[in-house]
Amino acid sequence: MKCTDILEKISDYLDKELDPDICKEIENHIHDCEPCIAFVNTMRKTVELFNKAGREPAPVPEHVSDKLMNFLKKNAKPE
Amino acid sequence: MEKAEKGLNSSERDGEDRDTPLVERALAGDFAAFEQLVKKHQARVFYHAMKFLNRQEDAEDILQETFLHAFKGLSSFRGDALFLTWLLKIATNNCLMRLRKNKKMDLISLDKPVEINGSELPREIMDWSQNPSDQRMESETREYLDKAIARLPEDKRIVLLLKDVEGFSNQEISQTLGMSVAAVKSRLHRARLAMRDLLSHYFEEREINKK
Repeated sequence: MKCTDILEKISDYLDKELDPDICKEIENHIHDCEPCIAFVNTMRKTVELFNKAGREPAPVPEHVSDKLMNFLKKNAKPE
Repeated sequence: MEKAEKGLNSSERDGEDRDTPLVERALAGDFAAFEQLVKKHQARVFYHAMKFLNRQEDAEDILQETFLHAFKGLSSFRGDALFLTWLLKIATNNCLMRLRKNKKMDLISLDKPVEINGSELPREIMDWSQNPSDQRMESETREYLDKAIARLPEDKRIVLLLKDVEGFSNQEISQTLGMSVAAVKSRLHRARLAMRDLLSHYFEEREINKK
């Protein structure tokens, strides 16, 4: 396993979509390869940050929320 | 569907459990119950559309269309998916229709797309994975993530958004976008590499500015 293989397989590795033998090879490689450790850690963190951004959205601007509520009262609320 | 719901954390799952009585009340004609569902989920739908379309005006329209569609189609919500997942699927379809419409109008994004070069690994890599923005996402980091995703070319931006932000499975993305799972995975991989590069610059600069 070379560094370029890690680069190519990193997404499947993080998504746990690789064969266990290939995972083992990756883990053996990154154990002794400092740039690859940093690469895998930062890729993992990148995915985590986007996961978190989805789960913790900023509040909707007040005028957008007001507009939505008025729209729904007008178009969805039963008479 | 299963994977998207596994992506939710426990408080989101608890929150989803509390949606069921609200959906039932809304179905029985209680509009206040529907308003509660709107207030609870409007941010997820709005920022999903913002990231998808890169235009606030469009995102506001999608927000309205999605909740109106949800209200009118509430009886078709069978409860085998979580309410939020169901809403995000409606929003995604609305966003895809809007993209097609915008393309017909020949709108061009003003954002400079990020260049994706995923063929080699740099020799020196700063490990910023232990950055303290872990506990609760800082607004500065959130803003940077929004800017970063907006710079991705559309085909990769949508896949990253559906997978990493919203937690859809590769299979669901493949069905929604009408492409193979292999194509989804390839776009996702390239998008993640580009995002990692941008985030590396961001965290490196933050470190330099701290000193």
